[in-house]
Formats: sequence, structure tokens, C-alpha cells
Amino acid sequence: MSAATINPNEAAHFGALAADWWDPHGSSAMLHKLNPVRLAYIRDQIDAHWHVDARERHPLAGRSALDVGCGAGLLAEPLARMGAQVTGVDAAPENIAAARGHAAGQGLAISYFAGELAALPPATFDLVTSMEVVEHVTDPAAFIGELAGRLGPGGLMILSTPNRTMLSKLLLVEAAERVGAVPRGTHDWDQFLKPEELTNLLESAGLEVIDRTGLSPSAAKGFKLGGSEALNYLVAARWPA
Amino acid sequence: MSETLRSDVLISGGGLVGQALALALSHHGLSVQIVDPADPVATIAPGFDGRASAIASATWQMFEVLGIAERLTGHGCPIRAIKVGDGAPDSGRGGELDFVTADGDPPLGTMIENRQLRLALAAGLADAPLVRLHMPATVTTRDIGVHGVTLTLADGTRLAAPLLIVAEGRRSPTRYAAGFSIASWSYHHHAMIGAVAHERPHGHVAHEIFYPSGPFALLPLVDDGEGRHRSAFVWTVAEKDGPGFAKLGDRGFVAELEKRAGGVLGAMELVAPRMTYPLGFHHSASIVAERIALVGDAAHGIHPIAGQGLNLGLRDVAALTEVLVEGARLGLDLGDAALLARYQRWRGLDNMMVSLATDGLTRLFGIPGRTAAAVRRTGLGAVQRLPILKRFFMDEARGEAGDLPKLLAGAEV
Repeated sequence: MSAATINPNEAAHFGALAADWWDPHGSSAMLHKLNPVRLAYIRDQIDAHWHVDARERHPLAGRSALDVGCGAGLLAEPLARMGAQVTGVDAAPENIAAARGHAAGQGLAISYFAGELAALPPATFDLVTSMEVVEHVTDPAAFIGELAGRLGPGGLMILSTPNRTMLSKLLLVEAAERVGAVPRGTHDWDQFLKPEELTNLLESAGLEVIDRTGLSPSAAKGFKLGGSEALNYLVAARWPA
Repeated sequence: MSETLRSDVLISGGGLVGQALALALSHHGLSVQIVDPADPVATIAPGFDGRASAIASATWQMFEVLGIAERLTGHGCPIRAIKVGDGAPDSGRGGELDFVTADGDPPLGTMIENRQLRLALAAGLADAPLVRLHMPATVTTRDIGVHGVTLTLADGTRLAAPLLIVAEGRRSPTRYAAGFSIASWSYHHHAMIGAVAHERPHGHVAHEIFYPSGPFALLPLVDDGEGRHRSAFVWTVAEKDGPGFAKLGDRGFVAELEKRAGGVLGAMELVAPRMTYPLGFHHSASIVAERIALVGDAAHGIHPIAGQGLNLGLRDVAALTEVLVEGARLGLDLGDAALLARYQRWRGLDNMMVSLATDGLTRLFGIPGRTAAAVRRTGLGAVQRLPILKRFFMDEARGEAGDLPKLLAGAEV
């Protein structure tokens, strides 16, 4: 992986927020509300991909998972509780320190690495996830290529990212950041990818996109799956059969 | 240092609601530890709890799923009609409002003696390998930490879980200690509760009579082993009259009961110990805090007039089970703030509505005087004539109002 995929300013921005990651009322409040909805999507994709019973408590038992841009472990920890052997990577050392501390408190064994994905010992994983990261890297094509390089045979990749629409510019970058729902400086709208652009990047890396689902605000539940992709969307991909 | 016993959740309080919650969670694969200072053998002894509960049909659906219903076979008496009036049934003012179920419809509720509920739950828990009972046991320290809750028992055993569920009843010590703010008031009335055998069959009819001195209810029970017809009674009297009635001998008490029942059931005889409870209303504005969730009477205590207290608690059980089981399947920390917020959103409003409705009912019917009686009659007449209102009251009684948790629809999560 080339160092160019990590935007140093972005890493510093999130690193500064590290201490607040696990405070459901702090600057990551939006992420805590979003997390169960994203997890519901990930769980559905896991069940469909590996034919797991939806009631199974440990659907990832015996599988390995890699979360890239793991922050303080908001996704890595649930994946570990679902039974996976989890590795989390993040560019900001402050995040990794917060993640290690939190996982220890929770009694979860997760391998965390600060820095480049390339610095990780050569290994591939059954599940590769990267939530809200591709819009923050300087070279998305190279980044997707790196992720594909970590996806083992028969594996499943799940990504989420904001769409580049007038709505996301208005709501996500302008409104949400200004009212403090999302920390200032989190998003650079010009770097957002449209669903077709992300699909093209994944296909260029040799992957097959198997599902794409919108994630939109809901008055009753905060966020819901399905419906509009205009704000944010999730993508699942695998190696072609 | 003594051992630490870990589970998915800890439940403080092994009463009806706490035990039903433990069964529901373990049925879905979650491990539970219950801690309670009461001796479980004492709580199922005859005479410990002479009350009976009206189980709403939605609640009964959950009992079916959890295997409790089959353990209650032969102990449930379906309520097919509710007669509401503001005078004795034989006074010509005793049946202003009749909620009657159509043939084939579920009953308005099923009356069950609490002792039978306790026996069925205890038998269910004995067959639930994921539930561990610490009863009787006293908690000496309670540590609510960033990553979980640890309870230390008097014998030094430590119990740990990501979430502490408080099912301690209306005077919940954990709720007080955790600083929940509670709205509460007393109705300045006592409820005298018990069961009678009576001459004539009740025909599966419940009577709710709003006397100026306080509401009086007769609720049908199944016949006993000797074939005697039985009903439970909930008789509310003013606080100042409570001690007088308590001193009354059984014979005098029964004579008063017969007078209020207006002779519809014939001669009566006490068959369960009389118990007296002070009546109050309390409602916790929030039912969750960091790594704590309140269920049942710890969260809300309402007037027993409509027999909805236990049903509200069991609706908490159904909703919290769904929230936690779904959370566990997503790998979430079971004390996760987003999960608890979902439980709060789901149950907060329903509890508030039912609490305020029963409080309003109590106040409307608690006002003495001729004008108030006329207003009541007009109000009841209006309900009787308006199918929509009637449907609402019947659905409330059945427990089918609001966004229904899966268990209350008879499905697993």
C-alpha cells in the first residue's frame, strides 16, 4: 500500500476525536445511532453469504475479519462478539490506543494496528469491512485495490460511504457539521463517490458487487436501511464465482 | 478474591416480571443471573401471594411461546365480558358498559392466581440451563462501571454483566440509588385483595363497580378442586377506613363483600388470605440509565383498577427481550446506549399512556356526588355507543395497543 492513500490531515482530524469515540453523547453520537443500522446490514450480508441462521449468536465463528479505518473499534468489537478473529487498522495512533483500551475493558481479544494497511503481516481475511473511509483517502482506486488484496477466497467485502449529491452536500457537510451533529472538518464533499463510481472501482479490482442499499434518516428510528441512496449507501462485494 | 460469575445480563429482582424476563431471554440464547433477597421456596408457599392477575391475551401469546401457558393449563379463567357500573349489579346501575367478546374472539383477559404464575415460572426456570438463580442473596455493593456492572453478594461472590435490569418492584432500592427521578402520589386508598368461593357461577364475567368510596372489582377464577365457583376481589377503601376493615372478622368482612357484590354471585366464603395494599401512582420519567434498565413496577406503578399493572410489566419484558436479543445478534454490547434508547422509546410512551389513563379513570370515578355520577354515566354511555372508543378500551384490556413486540404477537424474536 502506498502511503499516498492515507491523507495525513484526515488522520489527524480523527485522532483528535479519539478520546470521545466511545461516548454515546459526545462528538460520535451520530455514529452510535448509525452503528446498529449498519450492523443490521452487515449481519444480513453475512447470513446470506455464508448461509447462517439469523438467530445464530456467533455467525462469524471460525472466520477472520479485517476492519480498515476502525476508529476506536465501534465495528471491530461487534464483529469479535459475533465470533470473528478480528484485526483492526487505523491511520491515527490515538484511535488505536483508544480501541485497545476499550477492547481490554470489554474482555475482547482484537488485534489492532496503527498506520498503513501494508504494514500488516501478509494475510487475507474472510470478511473485509471499511465504513466511511473511502471518501477520506487521497487515492480511492489504490485503496480499493489494497482492500481486495486482503480479501481471501470465498470472502465478503462490505463498504459504506456518503453519496456525492446535492442532498449530502446540504445535509451532511453543511447542516450536520454546522449544528455540531458531526464534528467540523469531517467531510470533504468533493471526495465523495457516487455508487456507480464505487462499483467501477470494485469491479476494476476484480470484484463482483452483490448488493447495494441506501441508508437514510428516519423520523422514527434515526436511520433506516433501504430507500434512498442519496445520502449514504452500503455495498457488498465478493470474488466472482 | 472470590470468583466472578459472568452472564449476558443481571436481573435484580426475582418476582413475576424478573422471572418472566429471565425465561424470555434464555429462550433466545442469552444467559441470565437473577439475584433477590427472597427465598424462592417461601414465595411459592400457599398464602404468600393471595392476588390474582388478569393476563391480557397478547401477554398470553408470549406465555405460549415461552412454554409457560402449558404449565398453566386448567388454571386460567377467560374473561368473556366486563360489566362496568357505578352501583351494585342488582341496583339497576351495575352494567352501563358491557365489553363482550364475540364468539371465536380471544378473551378480554385470563384470570390466574399469582401463586399459579409463580409455580409455572419456577418450573420453567428449573428447565432453563442459561438461568442461574442467586436466591436468597443480598447485594452488598453495586458497581456500575464504564464496561459493565458488578454486584458483590454478602458471601463475597461477584456477579458481572454488561447490563443490570432492575425488576425490584415499586420500592426499588437500585432505582433510588441510581438517582432516577420519579413522579409519584398516593391515592389515599387501600386495596383489599383476596378470593371468595360463591354460590352461583360467574359466567366468565368481570364486574368493575365504581362506588363513591372507591372502585370494587370482581374477577372470575376457575372452580377449585371441589368444584366451588370462585372469584377474586379488589376492593378499594379510603385510607382512613382501611384499619377498620382490617379489624373486621372474616364473617363481617364477607357480609360487606356480599353487599357490594349485590347478590349476583350469591353467598360467599373467603378462600384466600385477605391482603391490604396502600395504593399509589409512580412513574419514572426515564426507564434507562448507564448500563441499567427498569422493568415492571420499578418503572411504573399504577392503580390496579383495570388489572393492567402486571401486563405493563410483561410488555416491558417482551420489548426489552426483543431489543436485547436483536442487539446480541448484531454483536452489540448489551449495555449499549443505542439499545437502551430503543427500549426507552418503545416502552416510555405506552407506559405513560396506560398510567395516565388509569389515573384519569380513578379520578373520574373517585369523585363523589350526584353531578359526578351523572357525568360518569354520560361518559360511559358515550363509550358504549361509540364503536371506536369501545374498540380502543377493549384493545387496551387485551394489551394489543401500540407497536407490538414479536413475543406479544405469539412469535419468537
